[in-house]
Amino acid sequence: MSLKKTHRRVLAPLAAASILGLALTGCTGDVAAGDKENTDCSDYETYGTFDGGEVSISGTIVDAEADRLLESWADFETCTGIDISYQGTKEFEAQIAVLAEAGNAPDIGIVPQPGLLQRLATGGWLQPAPEAVEANVDEFWGEDWKTYGSHDGTFYAAPLMASVKGFVWYSPTDFEEKGYEVPETLDELTALSEQIVADGQQPWCVGFGSGDATGWPGTDWVEDYVLRQAGADVYDQWINHEIPFNDPQIVAAFDAVGEIIKNPDMVNGGLGDVSSVISTEMADGGLPILDGECSMHHQASFYEGFWPEGTEVSPDGDVFAFLLPSVEAGGETAVTGGGEFPVAFNEGEEVDAVRAYLSSDTWANIRVSLGGVISANKGLDPENASSDVLKESIEILQGEDTVFRFDGSDLMPAAVGADSFFKGIVAWVSGDSTQETVDAIESSWPQD
Amino acid sequence: MTTADLIGKIIQVVGGLAIFAAIVGLLFFFLDKAPKRGKDWVQLVVFLAPALILVLLGLIYPAIRTSLLAFTNNQGDFNGIDNFVWMFTQPAILSTLLNTVIWVLLVPTVSTIVGLAYAVFIDKSRGEKFFKALVFMPMAISMVGAGIIWKFVYDYRQSGDEQIGLLNQIVIWFGGEPVQWLQTSPINTFLLIIVMIWIQTGFAMVVLSAAIKAVPMEQLEAAEIDGTNAWQRFTNVTLPGIRGSLVVVITTISIATLKVFDIVRTMTAGNFNTSVIANEMYTQAFRAAEPGRGSALALVLFVLVLPIVIYNIRLMNQQREIR
Repeated sequence: MSLKKTHRRVLAPLAAASILGLALTGCTGDVAAGDKENTDCSDYETYGTFDGGEVSISGTIVDAEADRLLESWADFETCTGIDISYQGTKEFEAQIAVLAEAGNAPDIGIVPQPGLLQRLATGGWLQPAPEAVEANVDEFWGEDWKTYGSHDGTFYAAPLMASVKGFVWYSPTDFEEKGYEVPETLDELTALSEQIVADGQQPWCVGFGSGDATGWPGTDWVEDYVLRQAGADVYDQWINHEIPFNDPQIVAAFDAVGEIIKNPDMVNGGLGDVSSVISTEMADGGLPILDGECSMHHQASFYEGFWPEGTEVSPDGDVFAFLLPSVEAGGETAVTGGGEFPVAFNEGEEVDAVRAYLSSDTWANIRVSLGGVISANKGLDPENASSDVLKESIEILQGEDTVFRFDGSDLMPAAVGADSFFKGIVAWVSGDSTQETVDAIESSWPQD
Repeated sequence: MTTADLIGKIIQVVGGLAIFAAIVGLLFFFLDKAPKRGKDWVQLVVFLAPALILVLLGLIYPAIRTSLLAFTNNQGDFNGIDNFVWMFTQPAILSTLLNTVIWVLLVPTVSTIVGLAYAVFIDKSRGEKFFKALVFMPMAISMVGAGIIWKFVYDYRQSGDEQIGLLNQIVIWFGGEPVQWLQTSPINTFLLIIVMIWIQTGFAMVVLSAAIKAVPMEQLEAAEIDGTNAWQRFTNVTLPGIRGSLVVVITTISIATLKVFDIVRTMTAGNFNTSVIANEMYTQAFRAAEPGRGSALALVLFVLVLPIVIYNIRLMNQQREIR
């Protein structure tokens, strides 16, 4: 064998390997580690320093929101030496229990529903919250929020972010042009809707589509009406199944919502007939407001992030939002909302440090300043919010008289809250009567 | 991930492969050195063990566990046949079961008949390869991909707007009003079934085409001399000749149809009365946190597949006896 041939035999694979290596290097993001000297570490001294500590976090937060999340703890990482790796996936809710059972869960999971937290706690997979987190909760959150993070008297997690549901998005310029007033009671809202119909337009645009969770915006809507019409006590009894799902008071809430979304005169401005309520993606639901094809859209505070770039969100801009009014003018503010809970599956000092940081007012202020979200943390300065709607939301959450209730479908057993309630809304909009719908959901409530 | 991490991972992978090769090599070395007496037996065990262990861990154990889970509630406590009572009393689940039956009746028969007819018509024609490729192409598309493609075909825009869905555009050309195809029960189930048929026809066509070519020319010629027409030759010579392949095609498609999940999930997520067992099984077990109900559905699915598998095995045994 000549020398030349040997050369070729060795060279070819070597060349291939180096090309592959170079190509793969392109895939890695070599981020320069933050410089401790140039970072103000005074806020992070209490958490201590760790040498080579690593914490893995997983959750449903993806895309731009995930980037902001990474940014919110960048300085913390630099100062404490803890390396936080975050992985966001839309499949998190379906997979986390499987991962936990297999002993394969991340150190921290950002759970978006108290119901899921309860399930994980029942499975015995969660670590109770460390003292620092509990101290933060007692200082910065209301008692109700602490309950959502607890199971059987053990406290597992402080809330992370929050959203206020039950906003009605509208166009202030359009309202002014046509002389409409922001309604102060539910009756006024109905009157306004009828006025718009009389003026020859479909007042509402609605989109319930959301993949296999299609229907959830409808559950929010019904929950808002239950809380406002029947009150917080009935709401609590409803989600705890102390009254059946087909109780007349729930039927009344369904019917009130049905007068809007099942009425072809009221919906679906610019999108089609009533059936398009289900086929329209939730993210696209409110967009016809910008074209003047409808006037109102019911969705949580986070819908602000769904308006196309360049939309002015302000009291006299392209779009703004008012809170779905209560039954009586000047009555107490009752809102539903949501939030996330970072629960820990593994023990460790660095895990505890990260959890303590995430529950602090420092984190809340940093994250909210980055834009797009709010927190119910009382140490949060509303001025840090990125818009008027979010600022108002923070003030609502921090308000002493606010009656706050967590999104009901997140508190109900998953068989109802993540399945039959969604499906019920879909069938209901597609033509089932209210009674048929609530009876079907009631019969799916798990017996134990 | 930094470059150092990546290099570390590459080293891990290469190292792992090397260790695996070393262990296997060592195993074979000792196997070779095994004493003469009982060598066959040792070899049998060593070579079968990995497969047996995998079957045990990946098939038998989960099957037993699923069967047990089917009789528990969401807390993991035994609850008798509650899950099955639930299954057969919930209207939504009953329609799921009915839908599965419709799927499994329609998809294998239609795709086999269409595939067979196509195979016969293009047999020995000019451009046969091209026509085959045309129908076989959808086989290469994943079920999710096919679901998304067809979702566009059935897409709906309100009357007056520009339609992006082919089907609704055709309806409009004929002077009709656009229809919410995927939301209109029961037609939506049939529209989903078309997607599966679109995929499976190619498979049926390829297998049956090969079988038709294997039918001996002499038999066909003999039949022709006997004065039969084309249809008689087809039913009396070709069909019996390809019986084995037909059974394989029908059973394979039947089992694939019973397990259909991706199409339903991407196109309607099981809403509007289109759900099927496999989709409902996933929804119950993972979304609704009711593993017991999910397992009960899985068990029903297993029972439905069983007769098809048994029939296949019996047929195979019969054919072996003939030979």
